Amino acid sequence: MPAKVVMPAMSPTMTEGNVAKWLKKEGDRVKAGDVLAEIETDKATMELEAADDGRLAKILVPQGIAPVNAPIGVLLGDGEDEAALEKFLSEIGGAPKPAVRQPPEPPPAPRETKPKPQPVKPRSVPPSPVAAGGRLFASPLAKRIAKQTGLDLSTVRGSGPRGRVVKADVAGGAPGAPAPLLRAKAAPAGAAPFVEIPLTMMRKAIARRMSESKREAPHFYLTVDCEVDALLAGRADVNAVLAKEAAPGEEPIKISVNDIVIRAVALALEKVPEANVAYFGERLRQYSRVDVAVAIAVPGGLITPIVFDAASKGLAAIAREMRDLSARATAGQLAPAEYEGGTFTISNLGMYGIKEFSAVINPPQACLLAVGEATPRAVVRDGAVVPAAVMTCTLSIDHRAVDGVIGARWLAEFKRLIEHPLAMLL
Amino acid sequence: MAEQSFDVIMIGGGPGGYVAAIRAAQLGLRAAVVEREHLGGICLNWGCIPTKALLRASELRHLMGELADFGLVAGEVRLDMARMVRRSREVADKLSKGVAYLLKKNKVTVFDAHGRLGAKQGAAREVKLDGKNERLLARHVILATGARARTLPGITADGKLVWTYKEAMIPESLPRSIVVIGAGAIGMEFASFYRDLGSDVTVIEAMDRILPVEDAEISRLARAAFEKQGIVFHASAKLTALDRGKDSVTARVDSGGKEIAITAARAILSVGIAGNVENIGIEGTRVRVEKSHVAVNRWCETDEPGVYAIGDLVGPPWLAHKASHEGIVCVERIAGHGEVRPLDVTNIPSCTYCRPQIASVGLSEEAAKGKGGEIRVGRFPYRANGKAIALGEPDGLVKTVFDGATGELLGAHIIGAEATELIQGFAIARTLEATEADLIATVFPHPTLSEAMGEAVLDAWGRALHV
Repeated sequence: MPAKVVMPAMSPTMTEGNVAKWLKKEGDRVKAGDVLAEIETDKATMELEAADDGRLAKILVPQGIAPVNAPIGVLLGDGEDEAALEKFLSEIGGAPKPAVRQPPEPPPAPRETKPKPQPVKPRSVPPSPVAAGGRLFASPLAKRIAKQTGLDLSTVRGSGPRGRVVKADVAGGAPGAPAPLLRAKAAPAGAAPFVEIPLTMMRKAIARRMSESKREAPHFYLTVDCEVDALLAGRADVNAVLAKEAAPGEEPIKISVNDIVIRAVALALEKVPEANVAYFGERLRQYSRVDVAVAIAVPGGLITPIVFDAASKGLAAIAREMRDLSARATAGQLAPAEYEGGTFTISNLGMYGIKEFSAVINPPQACLLAVGEATPRAVVRDGAVVPAAVMTCTLSIDHRAVDGVIGARWLAEFKRLIEHPLAMLL
Repeated sequence: MAEQSFDVIMIGGGPGGYVAAIRAAQLGLRAAVVEREHLGGICLNWGCIPTKALLRASELRHLMGELADFGLVAGEVRLDMARMVRRSREVADKLSKGVAYLLKKNKVTVFDAHGRLGAKQGAAREVKLDGKNERLLARHVILATGARARTLPGITADGKLVWTYKEAMIPESLPRSIVVIGAGAIGMEFASFYRDLGSDVTVIEAMDRILPVEDAEISRLARAAFEKQGIVFHASAKLTALDRGKDSVTARVDSGGKEIAITAARAILSVGIAGNVENIGIEGTRVRVEKSHVAVNRWCETDEPGVYAIGDLVGPPWLAHKASHEGIVCVERIAGHGEVRPLDVTNIPSCTYCRPQIASVGLSEEAAKGKGGEIRVGRFPYRANGKAIALGEPDGLVKTVFDGATGELLGAHIIGAEATELIQGFAIARTLEATEADLIATVFPHPTLSEAMGEAVLDAWGRALHV
């Protein structure tokens, strides 16, 4: 029996995926476990493995977006021929025509050499259904469904005529609008020339989640300066020990400042569990375990792999885990389970020379710590100005879930641990 | 050999091909149409249009029988079949010339030949013209070759005793009896036409009901109306043989294990249509044929880059307006038009011009139930509508099907006078995604048949005023 190769659901929230590349050609023999294709989701590039031995007889979606569970190829078993394939294709009705978006066809190039008015007038689809005058364009049905499901229509990208929001945009159906075209435009006189870059799945996810966060979560920010001379000295010391202990030829583990921040965050959350919460509208979820998500820049965006149960892990374990997660995040190889969830997020721009910043909360989590660079600064101690390494940290808080005093108590505990790293051994 | 190049070439000048060509020209593309017979295709020359001219005649014939009710006295009404057919041909001819004018006005080049897909020439594709020392090149070729009447295994139309649609619309005289095989839209239009002119009509249908794609309740009402006119139906009946006599045919039918023989002067074969996939040059390309139709995606692209297909050639619903819309979508996509979106087949109205007329858009009641979720059904009979009474057309029904939770108009079905003109109001509602609230807020003019549409919406929500 021929078998469909379907767009896999790589996470519970995934509704569609992008076939980035086939690694096998039509006609190739494959063994169970062989990588057939690379699938791009909104977070990562994943490998699609063959479930069975056989022959990749047909590629239905060479490239482009297909909904979850839509057939993208066909595997034939041993002894099955083209006739079986044809029969099977007619049974499954070929590629998922109504839902697959093919990469757009380039416009026909004028064949003459003499200049001719370009027949193609590219128009961008308005990014939001809200026109300049503030009026929102949505079909009556879309408005009603949005009302029934509590959806804010101004955040929905309309796929109808002139960006009108239609049922397909709000009811989970595949929007009908074609993917935006990447095309250099002839700029009007005086305007800067530009190209339009289609959003990747990751870019769309970031845009959606960050807008949702800033719109829904009333952010407020608490900032502390942490003196980190003891931490830096301790880190140098322990790294020297680890270097000595490493087996010959093995790369020694190196503890980073961020690894220590992860542990301090985890321990502080154990101490102040009221900050280890997520906001779900009708209720608050207080977690009894600390899963620390760490924002990592990757090509085309960022991703937040998670150190699960971070409070139970020592610095060496955290360092090892972060090294692995970070390498695989950059390669786009994280599994959804490794970046979905988390109870608290750390964003660290210290290595880019940022002194301090405030970050956007990663919903539905309630708190996020933005970590700046540890730099030598003048501090006043016992009435005298002395030099000290100082790291400024800013806690972003969703005020619906966490109040100022709880945030302050958590930040004080965090500061205590960072400034007295030995306390993390207690 | 002369060579001409274009941006896009349509093979076939029916309602798919010629409309696509005009749209292409509007978008600044250099377009050509290759047509082997008549511009306007089957629709305009041998389908939609000439049959409407004939059905107008049979409707008048029927109304002549009602004159006395209206206080009018006329003499004997006699048939002049030759004149009736000539008028139908003149109508078709006039419109075909109209298409030629429109194409010329839009600077679309027309080639009078049988065209077929040729080899790739770099980025372009060759189109060959049979019997012409000329070849055409274009980056984009749209196959719009349409379809033809399907025949049954062992049962073919000879054009004399056994007709297809084509002979059925140019009869030399009125057959005293007709057996119609297939109760789809084409079969029922001819059944209605010949019955109103006075032939004895028997209809054989393999499915368990007539007009099987329509809502079951509407299909039942249609059958009852036709039976009242004297048409005899055999549903769930399989044609096993068609025996030709000297000037008659006998249809042998297996009806639930029972053998029936129906003898009539003529038989009309209307058992569906098959795509014209032969001799169009797709052999050796990646263009796929499935069940006698060309397989395409929702942008009308075949598996062969640069080759597209639209209309009857790509499958049901076999409707001219579907072909035209697909042509427009296909060409706008080729031109990179920013606003193009695929055709939503559930928003294509379906019309049958028999008497009573039948029209629908969206889902039938049974299909809506099959989707799960609560539905609301509204009905309003013509006999409660003032205009219908005044017209003397009290038989008919407007039926609406709504999603009970969202108020989405899932489907609408009309049987009765002018149903085919009314349905487009519901088609607009579906395209704009109106809910019951918008339809209820819509003012329907009084007195019109359209008031029955408004009432059928109200009825779905338990608020009908005039029943």
